[in-house]
Amino acid sequence: MATVEVPKEEKDAHAASAPQQSEPKTITLRIARINPSEQHEPKFEEFKIPVQKWTTVLEAILFVKQNLDHSVAVRYSCRQASCGSCGMKINGKPRLACYTKISELDSPVITVEPMNNFPIIRDLAVDFKQMFATHKRMKPFVINEESEVKPGTKEFVQKPEDLEKFLQFSYCIKCGLCNSACPTMSTDKSFIGPQGLAQAYRYTADNRDKGKNERLKIVDESHGIWRCHFAGSCSYVCPKGVDPAMAIQLLRGYLLGFGK
Amino acid sequence: MAERLSNREGIKGMANPTRYGMLRVAYWLQRLSGLGLLAYLIGHIYETSTILNGKAAWDNMLSLTETPGGHIVLVIVIGMCVFHTGNGIRVMISEGGKGIGRPGQPEYPYKAVSLSSKQRLCIWVSIALAALAMMYGAGVLFGN
Ligand code: HEM
Ligand code: SF4
Ligand code: FES
Repeated sequence: MATVEVPKEEKDAHAASAPQQSEPKTITLRIARINPSEQHEPKFEEFKIPVQKWTTVLEAILFVKQNLDHSVAVRYSCRQASCGSCGMKINGKPRLACYTKISELDSPVITVEPMNNFPIIRDLAVDFKQMFATHKRMKPFVINEESEVKPGTKEFVQKPEDLEKFLQFSYCIKCGLCNSACPTMSTDKSFIGPQGLAQAYRYTADNRDKGKNERLKIVDESHGIWRCHFAGSCSYVCPKGVDPAMAIQLLRGYLLGFGK
Repeated sequence: MAERLSNREGIKGMANPTRYGMLRVAYWLQRLSGLGLLAYLIGHIYETSTILNGKAAWDNMLSLTETPGGHIVLVIVIGMCVFHTGNGIRVMISEGGKGIGRPGQPEYPYKAVSLSSKQRLCIWVSIALAALAMMYGAGVLFGN
C-alpha cells in the first residue's frame, strides 16, 4: 500500500528569513491568442499573475479571465484531471492545465499555447472531432452477443488478473496529450494515434470481448498501428498512467502472433 | 494553409528529440543512423563501382577515404552501424510486445512501465557499444 509522508516542519535558521508560504509570488503568464478565421499565427499576450505554491496553470488562466481579460478562450470542466478538457501546451509540452502546478514548472514565465496536432478553435481550445471519431472507429465497447443479462443468465465473472490486463488502459480520459506528443501524429494526418490504438487494445484485452479480429483488421491499415515507432512520447506525457505505448506494442504482438 | 490551421508540428516537431525522454532520443538516433547508413550504402555502391573504370579510377577513389576527413566519416559510419543494430534489436523485440512490462494498477505519479529503466539501459548499452566501436575504429584507422 502506498504511504504518504507528512513533511517535517522546517524550523532551521533560514526559514525565519524566508518569505511566508502564503505570500503570493508573481509570475508572467504568456497566453497564445489566435482566431484561425482571422489570423494564421498566434499573438502572445502577457499577464502578471499572483501565484501560491498550489496554484495550477488553469487557475492562473481563470485569474486572467476574471480580472484582466475575459475573452481568453479555454476549455475546462472538472478541474481535477478527470474530464480531459484542459490539455494545452505548457512551456513547450502538452499537459493538463488543471493538473500542472505553476510551482512544479520552476520558471518565472509560463507560456501556454494550444496543443499541437489538433485544429485550433480559438486561443487554447482545440478541436477533438477527429480524435473522437477515431476513438469511435475502434469500437470502444465490449462486443459479445451474450452481453445482455436475461432471466436465467448471470453477469460475466472476471478475476482480478483478468481485470488487470485492461484496467489501466480504461483510465483514458481522452485528453489528447498523447496524440499531441506523438512524432508520427505530427506529420501524418490520417494516423489513428496512440489514444485510439490504446483503446483498441483496451477492449481487445478484455476477456468478455469477442471483437478482437474486427479491431485487429481496423488497426492493420496503412495509417494504422505500423506507423508507431515506439518513441514512447505518448506514455511520457499521459497524465493518467494509461501507457498507450505499451498498449500499442501489446496489440502489435497480437498481430505478429506473439500475443495470445 | 489547412495544415497550418490543424496546428501539426510537422517534421520540425517530429525531429525534435529534446522533450520526451530517452525513448524519443533513441527514436531520433535510429532514424538519423538509418538514413545515414542508407546514404553510406549508396555512396559505398558508387565508390566500389569505380573499379569498373579500371585500377586507376579505383585507386583514385580509394585515396579519398584515406584522408583524415575520410577516416572521420568511416568512424561515424561505424558508430551509426553499431547503434542502429543494437537499438534496432531492442525496438524489434519491444514492437512485438516483449520486454515492455505488464499492465497493472497505475499509481501516482503514474510513471509509464513501458519507459522502464530496462528500456533505457538497452539504449545506453547501444550508445556505449557504438562509442567503443568508434574508439577502436579510430585507433585502427588513425593508428598507422
Ligand atoms: C543488423 C542490422 C539492422 C537492424 C537490426 C536494423 C533495425 C531497424 C529497425 C528495427 C528499424 C525500425 C525502427 C522503427 O520502428 O522506428 C530500422 C529502421 C531503418 N533502418 Fe535499419 N536495421 C539494420 C540495418 C540497416 C542498414 C544497413 C540500413 C541502411 C542501409 C538501415 C536503414 C534503415 C532506415 C533508413 C530506417 C528507417 C528509419 C525510420 O523510419 O525511422 N538499417 N532499422
Ligand atoms: S492515453 Fe493518456 S494522454 Fe492519451 S488521451 Fe488517454 S489519458 Fe490522455
Ligand atoms: S479540467 Fe478536467 S481534466 Fe483538466
